[in-house]
Amino acid sequence: MSTGLVFACAGALLFAMGVAGVVLLEHLLRRILAFNLMGSGAFLVLVGLAQRFGIADPVPQAMVLTGIVVAVAATALALALARRLFALTGGYTLSEDGDD
Amino acid sequence: MTANEWLPLAVLGSSLAPGLIIFALPEKRIRQRTALNLFGALAKLALVATLLAGVAAGEEYAFRYAVLPGIDLAFKADALALLFVTLSAALWLLTTLYAIGYLEAAPHRSRFFGFFSLCVTATMGIAMAANLFTFFVFYELLTLATFPLVVHRGTPQAMRGGTIYLAYTLIGGTLLLTGIVWLFQLLGHGEFAHGGVLASLDGAPQWQLQAIFLLLIAGVGVKAAIVPLHGWLPQAMVAPAPVSALLHAVAVVKAGAFGVVRIVYEVYGVEFAAALDLLTPLAIVAAVTILWGSLRALFQDDLKKRLAFSTVSQVSYIILGVALLGPLGTIGGLAHLVHQGIMKITLFFCAGNYAETLGIHKISEMDGAGRRMPWTTLAFSIAALGMMGVPLTAGAISKAWLTDGAAAAGMDWAIWVLWTSSLLNAAYFLPILWRAWRKPLPAAWPDEQIPARGRRETAWLLLLPPLVSATAVLGAGIFADASWSPLAWAQLIAEREYPRMPR
Amino acid sequence: MLLLTQFVALPLFLYARAYFAAGSAYFWPLAGFLLAGLNALFLSADLFNLYVTLELLGLAAVGLVAAGGGAQQVAAALRYLFATLVGSGIYLLGVALIHGAYGTVSIEMLTPLVHVDAPRAVWFAAGLMLIGLMLKTALFPFHYWLPPAHGGAPAPVSALLSALVVKASFYLILRLWLGPFAALTTAAAWLPAIMGSAAILWGSWRAIRALRLKELVAYSTVAQLGYLFLIFPLLGADQLALQAGGMQVVAHGLAKAAMFAAAGVVIQVTGRDAVADVAGIASRLPVTLFAFGLAGITLMGLPPSGGFLAKWLLIDAALVRGRWELVTVILAGGLLAAVYVFRVLRQAFLPPPSGERRRVARRPVAMLEWTAFALAAASVLVGLRGMEIVRLLGAGA
Repeated sequence: MSTGLVFACAGALLFAMGVAGVVLLEHLLRRILAFNLMGSGAFLVLVGLAQRFGIADPVPQAMVLTGIVVAVAATALALALARRLFALTGGYTLSEDGDD
Repeated sequence: MTANEWLPLAVLGSSLAPGLIIFALPEKRIRQRTALNLFGALAKLALVATLLAGVAAGEEYAFRYAVLPGIDLAFKADALALLFVTLSAALWLLTTLYAIGYLEAAPHRSRFFGFFSLCVTATMGIAMAANLFTFFVFYELLTLATFPLVVHRGTPQAMRGGTIYLAYTLIGGTLLLTGIVWLFQLLGHGEFAHGGVLASLDGAPQWQLQAIFLLLIAGVGVKAAIVPLHGWLPQAMVAPAPVSALLHAVAVVKAGAFGVVRIVYEVYGVEFAAALDLLTPLAIVAAVTILWGSLRALFQDDLKKRLAFSTVSQVSYIILGVALLGPLGTIGGLAHLVHQGIMKITLFFCAGNYAETLGIHKISEMDGAGRRMPWTTLAFSIAALGMMGVPLTAGAISKAWLTDGAAAAGMDWAIWVLWTSSLLNAAYFLPILWRAWRKPLPAAWPDEQIPARGRRETAWLLLLPPLVSATAVLGAGIFADASWSPLAWAQLIAEREYPRMPR
Repeated sequence: MLLLTQFVALPLFLYARAYFAAGSAYFWPLAGFLLAGLNALFLSADLFNLYVTLELLGLAAVGLVAAGGGAQQVAAALRYLFATLVGSGIYLLGVALIHGAYGTVSIEMLTPLVHVDAPRAVWFAAGLMLIGLMLKTALFPFHYWLPPAHGGAPAPVSALLSALVVKASFYLILRLWLGPFAALTTAAAWLPAIMGSAAILWGSWRAIRALRLKELVAYSTVAQLGYLFLIFPLLGADQLALQAGGMQVVAHGLAKAAMFAAAGVVIQVTGRDAVADVAGIASRLPVTLFAFGLAGITLMGLPPSGGFLAKWLLIDAALVRGRWELVTVILAGGLLAAVYVFRVLRQAFLPPPSGERRRVARRPVAMLEWTAFALAAASVLVGLRGMEIVRLLGAGA
């Protein structure tokens, strides 16, 4: 098992944890963090799999870089919305009404 | 585009265009609206007259336009289509006049006349559809255009009636759609052609064709108010009188009956349908409807409801005529399509007059109405006698041909059905006439709105249309042998379209 | 698709101009982003690019939902945000696996590479990507985020979202399904069909039960999206199903935009949002009601609308393959749609409750009414110009 594959497996694990976090947690901040965990997991898989054979491939690295930018933007938006929600309702959880 | 192509379109357009413009007109512009309506109706009549002359001379009018590969929007104005088109165009003119008088001060007239014109357009489309696809398009358009008319008054009963109407017709439309697409699947097209198109199809198993027939007939049967699919019709009586007149005499139920005619003759072909054992069940259903409708009519006290159940019964005469194998029944059925239209529209006009002038809605309130409104009651009487099949009226003609047709087809039970129904018709119409003519005037009318002034019993626009149509009832009966009568036209259709039929 | 986007967007922007007469600083830049994202998405040709455009689209859409500013809208936006992030995250993981397996993410290069005997990882990746996209398309049972988000956003936003944004991810699914993963997916085609059927029935049911007008329209989106997924088991050599899908996308896009726009007018004028409060608009807002009705015709799939042609093609395609169960679902869906559309129309014809008449809040803005009407009319007229659309689809496929 090469290092790349180890990275990839770890990434998959992180990703799974992240998804579980986003879906199951209630606190908004934790959910946002979990989303970041999820993203990092995916990036790890991307880079890890590409490095399986020991040669560094610049393409996935560039992709990850783009992905990180996107994730940062998303996180910023989520945080801004969460703050707004806090200002409006005083809580960091989504109420479940209107949900089925 | 040649004249033969644009004429059918112009017939459609002559009601569509006024309809759309009327929607855009403000409520107050009564003069323009009336002018537009009348102009549309007259233009349509003129166009239809051109078509009639052309078709009698053997011209062919057709138009088609591809919507999807293999699916065309196609119109043809053949003799059968024109039978229905002429009826609708003429009655549209009368109903428009009547509606202008009837709704004089009512709100939302723009909306009313707009949808009214759309309805007529849809009816024309149904009449001239040259394939099942086009037929279905206009069939559903009719459903949609009549709904706002049924609920026009906005009362809870109107809403209830409208909802029931929709539920029935939309489910019917769904069945029809299933049948049509299935047929497309087997056949590759859904054209109407003389003598049927399905007979050429050998490979398909019989049960499939029978199932499709069931779906199609159930689909159109909802509008034709075949028992047990008739439940919506009495409920839709909450609509204003011109709408009832139009729905019952022309648009909706006739569209259904016309659909049955097209399906039996031009999709299946009458001989092929008989070979599939489809006609006898259809005849039985029609017979049951005739009797059931008449029976129910006996027990209604509400005038319009009694007329509604009478419609249920009378429309199935047409279907019975179609289901009788042989040209005599065909002629009777087709003639009745027209005859029933003019008789029933007269009855509804009169019922509307009673309600609007004196506030009479129930038969028990009709005592002495004939003395107060002699002309209206005269028209009512003529039409009612026609329904019973009294000689010299239009009804007698169609009943005679239907009876002959049943005898020729060897279906003696059908003759019994027809006679029983005539007796029942008499049983529910004669008491009304008796009350109206012979009973003394009551102390006060339920809700007199238009006072009598000299010899004018009610508003002119309300009185004129029923008188004209009652005259037509007599005319069609007395001059049945003339070359321009509906009967003669029905004979022309039977000769032209079913040359292979045993004579 | 590009054409549709612009056609829907243009009247909606006119609509939005009038709607946000007071001025909403955030709407315009975000809507611009949204359109850019959409256009980029339809044009890009590799999986990773698609991810980026998806995210751009998702973030802009979330921003738009939140643009209203109320607590409920922010909450809806957040819920939407999480849904879309999870969706695109899952998609990204799939992309990562694909890249790991083949070393490329170009759709064109991938197509010949993927075979039925592909390694497990590829199957898994394909599954992940499709699930991620389905989440974003709000396919049942992943639809939970849609009604609050679409129902809560301002009307022009809801219209944009329902008409276009969900279609974007559907477009991707279709593209992947027919392109790189064609070899893998034929076996699993029944799955989206079942989910689609469930979506039609459940969405319609919820729409029938909905209390608020926009909630009703939003659930109807869930149901209508279901139709799109019915085409998967029906795809084949004949283009019927594909044409049906394309037609449905176009017709629904136009109709739903019109419906939300009309609902927006109603809400603005009456100041209320409950279905019961629609009473009486037949006389006050005839144009809007007409628009709503026309859009409804398309949703019910009644002729001569675009929705009808879509339905016709779909039934035809289903019958060719002998899939009676799908035919039943389609027809039942149409009837259910009739129930919820007429629920509104019926209310509209009722006289307004007494005392309500004096409370007429504002006069409708003509621009709002007529843009809604134009969209609705377009959705119906599409039904008469089916040839052109089919030809366009033929060229695209």
